Amino acid sequence: MTTPDPMAEIRASFFIECDELLEAMQDGLQMMDDGEDDAETINIVFRAVHSIKGGAGAFGLEPLVRFAHRYETVLDGVRNGTLSVDPDLLKLFFRASDHLSDVVHACRDDAPVPTDEGASILSELDAYVDGGPEEQAEEEEIDFQPMGLSLDLDLGLPPLDSMDTSPNYHITFTPLTEMFENGNDAFPILSALAELGEVNVTCHSERVPPLSELSPESSYLSWTVDLTTDVDEAEIRSTFEFVEGLCDYSVSSSTASGDASEAIEQLEELPPFPDEPKPTRSDAATETEPETKTQPDPPKPRSGNGQPSNATKAVVRVDLDRIERLVNLVGELVINQAMLAQSLESSGLSPHSDAMNGLEEFQRLTRDIQDSVMMIRAQPVKSLFQRMSRIVREASAAVDKDVRLVTEGETTEVDKTVIERLADPLTHMIRNAVDHGLETPQERAAAGKSSEGIVRLSAAHRSGRVVIEVSDDGGGINRARVQQIAIDKGLIPADSVLGEAEIDNLLFLPGFSTASVVSDLSGRGVGMDVVRTAIQALGGRISIASTPGEGTTFSISLPLTLAVLDGMVVNVADETLVVPLNVVAETLTLSSDNLDEIEPGMRVVRVRGGFVPLYDLGYQLGYRTAPTSLTDCVALLILLEDGGRAALIVDEIQDQRQVVIKGLDDAFYRAPGIAAATILGDGQIALILDPSDIIANAGEHRSAITVPVEMEA
Amino acid sequence: MTLEVLAVDDSRTMRDMIRLALEPVGFKVHTADDGVHGTEVLDGIAPDVIITDINMPRMDGFGFIDAVRAQTDHRTTPILVLTTESAAELKNKARSAGATGWIVKPFDPAKLIKALRMVAG
Repeated sequence: MTTPDPMAEIRASFFIECDELLEAMQDGLQMMDDGEDDAETINIVFRAVHSIKGGAGAFGLEPLVRFAHRYETVLDGVRNGTLSVDPDLLKLFFRASDHLSDVVHACRDDAPVPTDEGASILSELDAYVDGGPEEQAEEEEIDFQPMGLSLDLDLGLPPLDSMDTSPNYHITFTPLTEMFENGNDAFPILSALAELGEVNVTCHSERVPPLSELSPESSYLSWTVDLTTDVDEAEIRSTFEFVEGLCDYSVSSSTASGDASEAIEQLEELPPFPDEPKPTRSDAATETEPETKTQPDPPKPRSGNGQPSNATKAVVRVDLDRIERLVNLVGELVINQAMLAQSLESSGLSPHSDAMNGLEEFQRLTRDIQDSVMMIRAQPVKSLFQRMSRIVREASAAVDKDVRLVTEGETTEVDKTVIERLADPLTHMIRNAVDHGLETPQERAAAGKSSEGIVRLSAAHRSGRVVIEVSDDGGGINRARVQQIAIDKGLIPADSVLGEAEIDNLLFLPGFSTASVVSDLSGRGVGMDVVRTAIQALGGRISIASTPGEGTTFSISLPLTLAVLDGMVVNVADETLVVPLNVVAETLTLSSDNLDEIEPGMRVVRVRGGFVPLYDLGYQLGYRTAPTSLTDCVALLILLEDGGRAALIVDEIQDQRQVVIKGLDDAFYRAPGIAAATILGDGQIALILDPSDIIANAGEHRSAITVPVEMEA
Repeated sequence: MTLEVLAVDDSRTMRDMIRLALEPVGFKVHTADDGVHGTEVLDGIAPDVIITDINMPRMDGFGFIDAVRAQTDHRTTPILVLTTESAAELKNKARSAGATGWIVKPFDPAKLIKALRMVAG
């Protein structure tokens, strides 16, 4: 690994800090929106934007500085009481925050900054403060005007003023008593002058009174300095910047004629380097430019252990690959431990022997380690939820509804990868809730509801899984309409008799969309089927509950991690296979009572009044050429990705347990229906199935599945 | 000359930047996250110069300067204010609060060092 560049590291850490600040800013605005804010809240928001601006300046991220600055100006107005917050301004703040976060991320990824949105927000922001853009721009200029400090500083830069005629300067310097009161001292100033060139310093002590009259905190000394240097006068004057007004001083060029002092007087009125804002600015701004001019080289030698200890406190940033490796190793450990347990048991040791006791302890530790390792990858869902609050804002604005997002359980921790992959499906669900779930303001008013619709987003841990719910307080699913649409679209037969839950599940059918007018919001050709597929890919389940007039709730249940899987271990034709538990709805025992044949060669099983097609797993996977006899077999009722159901016949259910997922890389043939593999406790390798895939493939030659069952009659 | 510095800023990035600018040239850098933390850290060290941000939670830069100046030991300890605010306004505010000098963010490492030397010798 190459030694990281400390500037790049700080830059990376700046963007991490930005995310924290953006989160704090969102929280603050949310509190203001909820009416739970106090005097400190606006300060928090202000500081967040201010700190982002400060850091952005340090890295020369101009678009970010520019936007943050003007946003900050309006926030400052609120902070010091010249502006009061009304709902409109708050909405603008939210939009500005969203945009700020876009700009931050664009800067982070070196992506182009979205300018149109920014410009419109800026003009709205500027309308709140006096002056408008022009004055703002000016102020900004001042903001980054360089200090009146030396720019060349032993770095071999040519002096700003190129007339290097080495003029001699005569400087007088008389500190006032006040100068010492705020920590200034004469010595550093004289030293600084001495660093500019060759000096001849004379101290004048004539004014020092007799000891009896001397006030120890008063100043009586003055100095004259003859300086031979090739820096210009402004440079010399900059030495006195901090003590301007706290001392009497003069700088005159020894070779100058009479009217020079007049010019000097004028100079005194001006800020140090009025016309030279460029050097500092571009130095900080362009990282591609050689930094040698003003960036001292120091970063390099420190890079080894240059990380400040205090600044990064209790947080360590770790490469994700390393964690991945650790997770894998722990997976191996779990497998190994299970193998050891099995071999010890089969060796006939007494359960009370030391070895068995030790094994128990080992098992406990292994589990603890596994949990702890999983925790490393865990993150609170808060950042995800905050993104959703933005989706709600944008979605509600697009369809002109008044919507409030209420979040619960933001601190619930979930595997980082799960969080990342949850963003898209959740976005879609939130949009759906706003667009389809909630009624229009008129309909709400007619139903006697508050005009403001509520979308609730919650997360909670429930028995080893994470449950995320998206609910709305809208009109609930219009089941008659849903069924009609499904019939119209040819998704179900016109004479289908469906239960409520079955109708609700029609929403998950590919190509289903309830909006009669396709809005530009949810009508993007992405349906709930895509959401369901995404959730299932994460090992999750999704379900719907809806009450007419009261609203709809979508529940997603997810595993805590993607590294292990709750599986059902089954035997088929002497092979051991694992079926992901999240798709198994129930297990069925087949008998002549519940078996049926709806058309020749098409076997189904009756499940509570409905018919579910049957598939023999062993036959589908090619383990046997002829399907097994059906009666007294065990079948797993599988929930399919398209919302349908199917039953898979297995020979025997062995166990239900957590297995460590081992990916099958490209070296293996990509067999249909096989998702991954795992190693079982006895060291045996078992394939993890993708039941939906198996059934989808089976559907093509369904007729081959069934065989007359002799026992049936 | 090596200086001992206390830098107070609520932004981790700024604290990191200050460290990166000063430690390689041999400065000893202490950091604190806000004014309250700053006074805590100050208790037990004797920095040659203090750098402080203005906008901070709990206790801002002006409050911090007051607190520092109230201590006999630090009545004349040079304090540089680190700020993004515009120059004219800042100068007076900082000075009347008891600050020795100021540095405009974003700072250039060389200028920061120069400013520190200017107030702390």
